[in-house]
Amino acid sequence: MLKIENLHVSIEGKEILKGVSLEVKKGEIHAIMGPNGSGKSTLSSVIAGNEDYEVTKGNIFFNDENIEDLSAEERAHKGIFMSFQYPVEIPGITVTNFIKTAINSNLKARGEKDMPANEMLKKIREKASLLEIDSRFLSRSLNEGFSGGEKKRNEIFQMAMLEPTLAILDETDSGLDIDALRIVASGVNKLKNKDNATVVITHYQRLLDHIIPDYVHVLQDGKIVKSGDKNLALQLEERGYDWL
Amino acid sequence: MAYTEEELKKELEQQEYQYGFTTEIESETFPVGLNENIVRAISKKKNEPEWMTKWRLESYAAWKNMEEPDWANVNYKKPDFQAISYFSAPKTNNKYKSLDEVDPELIKTFNKLGISIEEQKKLSGVAVDIVMDSVSVATTFRDTLAKDGIIFCSISDAIQDYPDLVKKYIGKVIPKTDNYYAALNSAVFSDGSFCYIPKGVRCPMELSTYFRINQAGTGQFERTLVIADEGSYVSYLEGCTAPSRDENQLHAAVVELIALDNAEIKYSTVQNWYPGNKQGKGGVYNFVTKRGICHTNSKISWTQVETGSAVTWKYPSCILKGDNSIGEFYSIAVTNNYQQADTGTKMIHLGKNTKSTIISKGISAGKSQNSYRGLVHIGKKAENSRNFSQCDSLLMGNNCGAHTFPYIEAKNKTAQIEHEATTSKIGEDQIFYCNQRGIDVEKAIALIVNGFSKEVLNKLPMEFAVEAQKLLEISLEGSVG
Repeated sequence: MLKIENLHVSIEGKEILKGVSLEVKKGEIHAIMGPNGSGKSTLSSVIAGNEDYEVTKGNIFFNDENIEDLSAEERAHKGIFMSFQYPVEIPGITVTNFIKTAINSNLKARGEKDMPANEMLKKIREKASLLEIDSRFLSRSLNEGFSGGEKKRNEIFQMAMLEPTLAILDETDSGLDIDALRIVASGVNKLKNKDNATVVITHYQRLLDHIIPDYVHVLQDGKIVKSGDKNLALQLEERGYDWL
Repeated sequence: MAYTEEELKKELEQQEYQYGFTTEIESETFPVGLNENIVRAISKKKNEPEWMTKWRLESYAAWKNMEEPDWANVNYKKPDFQAISYFSAPKTNNKYKSLDEVDPELIKTFNKLGISIEEQKKLSGVAVDIVMDSVSVATTFRDTLAKDGIIFCSISDAIQDYPDLVKKYIGKVIPKTDNYYAALNSAVFSDGSFCYIPKGVRCPMELSTYFRINQAGTGQFERTLVIADEGSYVSYLEGCTAPSRDENQLHAAVVELIALDNAEIKYSTVQNWYPGNKQGKGGVYNFVTKRGICHTNSKISWTQVETGSAVTWKYPSCILKGDNSIGEFYSIAVTNNYQQADTGTKMIHLGKNTKSTIISKGISAGKSQNSYRGLVHIGKKAENSRNFSQCDSLLMGNNCGAHTFPYIEAKNKTAQIEHEATTSKIGEDQIFYCNQRGIDVEKAIALIVNGFSKEVLNKLPMEFAVEAQKLLEISLEGSVG
């Protein structure tokens, strides 16, 4: 599904990723771990199509299509979703209104009609209950005044609504207390199926107690220095990144 | 629906007939220029009583000795008032001689808005009084309203049919010498709307007028007078669109509102005059004087969505004369390309326990300049008066400007005045966030702008709110490249 080949990425002339290769197949969960500044967030931003970053070398294929020239929204239309480490606020726009706009934009891009209001409402209710989201939460302004946990839960709620084929969770565990972590992780697990894939980007192992990865990769200084199964995460927890 | 030009023309002709386009008015435009004889001729043409003619002449005499104000934060080439024709009536037979007369951009905008003039009329519960080129050509729902004793007609008709009411109230809130443009309007006003709600009557529908400037080179000088008698209520909608014209068109309207004891007037405007092209050529000069007076326990609420005009100079105000009266001003002003807007309000607190609220949202894009200018005045006797003002500016790009000029004059120590102001920019991170969810840049901006404007949009009547929201999107199209 996702194939990254020898990816080099710079921002403002500074090289952050120095030859990353990664392949994610459908039905898989990959974890990318690494110390601060190793390039984890850069990797997720580049996959999502953030134009602040410059790809200087290498390719990203999504379902065998080179997506280099696709805009962020075109990538979203193809089924790539990123849960933001720092979700932005849009004052005056409710969670419901935002997700409705997002869903209908995606449908339109695929040449389909807007989702009927009753269907939308039903889906919103269903996904909200999956993530233990209060209906009052849905009428609040997007991310405005949200706690860290609320922001992340809202990200996963949007993911549940949009049903992407590839979900990249960028530091979704940061700022979460243990209850919120459990709810978010269980949401991700419930959304998992044999046709989609998840890339979990995290600094700590604790999220991986709840979302069990098939593969773990360690990113250090812009390169994947080690790959393994879930035991690699446990070893890292015990011995730190310096061990590598 | 593949109309031929011929069929469309025919339909439009029938439409004109259906809505009572008057044929008695001669089609010619007056010679350009302004002098006493022109003022007399306008009055005569409209068959006005002598007191009206005299009133116009006094206004003209005052105007002649006045200077065009230059304190606003706008730059434009002052109109040559002697190069304007001061009266033009629709030419019934050849209004739509050719489709070329209707600007395709305008048609496009209409389509995007999902409205046609026809649809506007049909909007359930909305009575439409269309002013096309200075002469009120159609009045609907008049009979329904008459059952409640409500008068809703053109100001010309009102001068003929209800001279006592007009005489009693015209120029009382905005004296004919109030300012340069108001004096000009008082001398030459062509037509406009008149509305009277009798004691204790709650107007059963939203009253609406629909203005258009249609003929090149004719300034438009509307005059609106709304009187809500004791204990009555009325919601009045005013919507404007104008076809593209290359030369600047002058629009100097006067709107006076009178809310007698315990009455309430809600006055909503969507202003979408031609703003000029992307290079700042053309566009309407919109120099408007709007003011209302509140008697005891009454309330006046102004809501405006200003997206059009090349230059806007407009301060809908409230004189809170009666005790416990309330004044409100909710505004969204959008400027794009080379548009300039200097708009705001004056809240004059004279009575005790008077309250006012000002919510102003300015959105600037392109190379435009957007200014809020407001005065909160608390008079000596205005015990326990309160004002809350909030002025928010949203900037798009690096070449536009947002300015705030709040003036506060408090002459009574018991007054409470609050002023809040914020300035924000649409962030690239906000846009990227929306993009990542599959929302394109245009739609993302529309979302952010609608969210920013929400407090004001919510004050508009339903059917207007939807239209206004679309208008915001259209006005900002292409503002981020």
